[in-house]
Amino acid sequence: MIRKLILAAPLAAMLVAPSAQAADDTIRVGINLVLTTPASIIGLNSKAGFEVALKHLGGKVAGKKIELIFEDNKFKPAIGKQKTEKLIKKDKVHFLTGFIFSHILAASAPVGLKAGKFVISSNAGHSMYSGKKCHKNFFNSAWENTQTPMAVGQMLNNEGVKKLYILAPNYAAGKQMITGLTRTFKGKVVAKALTPMSQRDWSADLSKIKAAKPDGVFVFYPGAWGPAFFTQYAQAGLHKTIPLYNAFSIDGANLPIFQKRKMTHLLGTMNANFWAPDLDNPATRKFVPAFKKHYKGQIPAHYAAQAYDALMLIAAGVRAAKGDMSNMDAVRRGMEKADFDSVRGKIKFGKNHFPIQDFYARKVVNKDGQWQLSRVGNAVLKNHAPTNSGECKL
Amino acid sequence: MDYILLAEQFFNGFQLGIILFLVAAGLTLIFGIMDLVNLAHGTLYMFGAFFAATFVQLTDSLVLGMILTLPAMLIAGLILELSVLRTLYERDHLDQVLATFGLIIFFNELFLIVWGAEGTGINLPPYLSGLITLPGGITVPDYRVVIIISGLLVAVLLYLLVSKTRIGMLIRAGASNREMVGALGINIKLLFTLVFGLGAVLAGFAGMIITPITQAESGMGEGMLILAFVVIVIGGIGSIKGAFIAAILTGLIDTMGRSFIDVALMSFMDSVAAETAGPAISSMLIYILMAVILAIKPSGLFPPKGA
Amino acid sequence: MSIQFLKTPRGIYNSLLILLCVFMPIIAPLIGQEFYTDVVARVMIVTIAAISLNFIMGYGGMISFGHAIFVGIGGYSVGILASHGIESAYIQWPVGILMSGLFALIIGAISLRTRGVYFIMITLAFAQMMYFLSVSVEKYGSDDGLTIDARSDFGLSFFDLNDAMTMYYTAFMLMVGCLYLNFRIVNSRFGRVLRAGKSNNERMATIGYPTFRYKLVAFVIAGMMCGLSGLLSANFEDFVSPDLLFWTFSGELIFMVVLGGMGTIMGPLGGAMIFLFLTEILSNITEAWHLIFGPFLILVVLFARGGVEGFLKKYEDPNG
Repeated sequence: MIRKLILAAPLAAMLVAPSAQAADDTIRVGINLVLTTPASIIGLNSKAGFEVALKHLGGKVAGKKIELIFEDNKFKPAIGKQKTEKLIKKDKVHFLTGFIFSHILAASAPVGLKAGKFVISSNAGHSMYSGKKCHKNFFNSAWENTQTPMAVGQMLNNEGVKKLYILAPNYAAGKQMITGLTRTFKGKVVAKALTPMSQRDWSADLSKIKAAKPDGVFVFYPGAWGPAFFTQYAQAGLHKTIPLYNAFSIDGANLPIFQKRKMTHLLGTMNANFWAPDLDNPATRKFVPAFKKHYKGQIPAHYAAQAYDALMLIAAGVRAAKGDMSNMDAVRRGMEKADFDSVRGKIKFGKNHFPIQDFYARKVVNKDGQWQLSRVGNAVLKNHAPTNSGECKL
Repeated sequence: MDYILLAEQFFNGFQLGIILFLVAAGLTLIFGIMDLVNLAHGTLYMFGAFFAATFVQLTDSLVLGMILTLPAMLIAGLILELSVLRTLYERDHLDQVLATFGLIIFFNELFLIVWGAEGTGINLPPYLSGLITLPGGITVPDYRVVIIISGLLVAVLLYLLVSKTRIGMLIRAGASNREMVGALGINIKLLFTLVFGLGAVLAGFAGMIITPITQAESGMGEGMLILAFVVIVIGGIGSIKGAFIAAILTGLIDTMGRSFIDVALMSFMDSVAAETAGPAISSMLIYILMAVILAIKPSGLFPPKGA
Repeated sequence: MSIQFLKTPRGIYNSLLILLCVFMPIIAPLIGQEFYTDVVARVMIVTIAAISLNFIMGYGGMISFGHAIFVGIGGYSVGILASHGIESAYIQWPVGILMSGLFALIIGAISLRTRGVYFIMITLAFAQMMYFLSVSVEKYGSDDGLTIDARSDFGLSFFDLNDAMTMYYTAFMLMVGCLYLNFRIVNSRFGRVLRAGKSNNERMATIGYPTFRYKLVAFVIAGMMCGLSGLLSANFEDFVSPDLLFWTFSGELIFMVVLGGMGTIMGPLGGAMIFLFLTEILSNITEAWHLIFGPFLILVVLFARGGVEGFLKKYEDPNG
């Protein structure tokens, strides 16, 4: 008998894992982010954005406590999906948000929507959800994937680039960047190089660029690709002759790293985005210093700004329903109305629940000894909605 | 096809081949002599990268930092050998695969915690940041020439060590007939430890000299490990000569494939299909090469005698 | 199996594992954790892949470091057919299993010419090849993976995989079926030749057994069984991605087999169960759970070579 008990004990221990029992006076927000692996630079920045928003809300909305539950998807769609299931079934969350990468969102969102939860992407802008597969409970507090490169394309026209060489990793987001860019860019694309995802040495491509003599190079190298590519670009001497433009490759999350590594050739490089830390509106003025205090003295990246808006959006929904989470329609209407101070100033959602917003050109500058992306001039795209919004039948 | 571009890509492929050789040489020696499948060999490559970056940052000197890295690699290799790997020599391949897989998991996480998700890197000093124009109008960065020359130098030293010294004789003997070396009354444990240390230094050297180009990140070793395995299997396990030839071959085929396959495909299919298929085929190319070679010669191109 | 066996520690342990699988959908809601039903479902699906690997590795001595390839082929068969609107199980399932078998035949015919570590490496190379292929083909999602809108359709009103319980018990029945099939094969004449070939290949070849052909047949059976695991996984997750083919997954499968007890009938189930629950629990404790998991793996290899089954066997009979 004792032997049986010894054997049964570990199994019993596995099953009786601590469970967060659902208390009704709490709004539980499940946040699915990549918090490990090198891609976690983005996830941790977003996480801090959510935390600052929670602080600004005083941890409460409509008399209810807000609880943030973070889960790490390890940059893998299958794990992202499992974590989503866990947030729904184990933690019994009311809202699912986070989601940095489109492929993880694509695996996770159907699970959340099927379970009748609100899903708010705070970054991943899969075009599926702005078009045909738009859903009444799906919101996006960022953008659709092709919008930002479209803004870059317009910026390149403004900058007078005529011959462009394009580089991006060979995966879906990389291809979407090229699609967006070529939609607005009016000059000639001399080459499109889709490099393997495992590639860390661009010597072959740099030789080709040299041979092609374009008057601008556009890259989409987020995360760990960026530092390696930019270093080699300078080593090949190209930074002196051909200006480098990018989308999502230089941002608030990796600028501190570039600065630490003294990659001064990046000062002056340009990209475009819907937000810059020096936008002039009340929420941004409040958010930037608060974030700096909260997270390693860093200036927030747009990831954090979107995360901030995502939680504010959730709060707006809960407020509209007076804290009654059983009234899903009221929550949804509140979110559609989006009555809160956004980092964009005023935020407006389209029928597909994606923001309709301005995009700005931004330049890397050294301001008071801290590198940051500073807005250049007026918006390059105004009141811009995802191109496929018309396909949404909501 | 552009002649200069072709020449530059050849140069780039050769450089990749050199790096591959440095990693594969240690792997093939360790495998050939100790019969140890060491998946954590890529981890040693990562060690080299992070050690070098840290030492260069601390000393503020590229040369000094790199010189310090080599003894540090030797020490790290010896510690690993004495603590875990030594116990694996007597085990079968399956145990070795699993235990060294555990080492990879552990060190990737440890490095992620110590150096952060963003990893680290090395900036080249101004005297190495220029460009060299080779005969024929090919321009290449100075530092890439440094990689090739230092890599070749190490290859030559390794060749001399293995073919001209007493230690080398034992190594060669061990690779083809382990029992005999033991029977000669040689301290086989010491020989194993030394060979492992040598392999660690070689892998660390490779990780070190590539870091100013690729930067250092946790998990960087695995891609290199799998390539190095392809190299030693093609070359014949235990054969330094085989590793060298296979490494250069793999480096060239991989680089040339990535540069020219899409162009080649475009000559007989439309450009969209070629743009899709090109990267797919080029990333599969070396594995196809390996499967073909093994299908024809199941022990690789240069199987060591007696094996 | 006699009643007597059920009273031994191994018997109790294995009965508990099976009972856990049977009753999890009932226990989980009682403790308010329906989530664990999903974990056990996943365990059972992975177990099928582990049984298949154990069959060739534990009984046939073929250490395949690319076994995930067949999970991937099974999974992508469902995903690709579904993306073309072919949802009938009567097409998807035979195609998935036959494709896995066909690939196993080709890969086996080439790989089995090699020995030892060459075999480990060539199976790894084939898996890497398919991995890069799955990453590159944009039509089928490339690295984003492929979302499957509807599960395999059997056209039966009382048997619908979209129903969670049907899915769960289908996985359970198939797992039990694979356990039984494995048991029957290894105890057949074919199985005895295979096992004998593991311990002494030359001798078996000398006395006239075509060991290559025996091994190839075993490899193909394993491939098909593993493909079945992929079919189930695609249906259960409604999703396939290149991660299914990645080499680390092959490594994890090997670990599950060793952890459970290599070359034992029930080992794969225990191995998969412990592996998945352990990763689940550790990753809840700390994000840096790999720091614990890596050394755990090494310790199991160094000190618990026979896995759980081996440990219990020793416990039953310290002299044995």
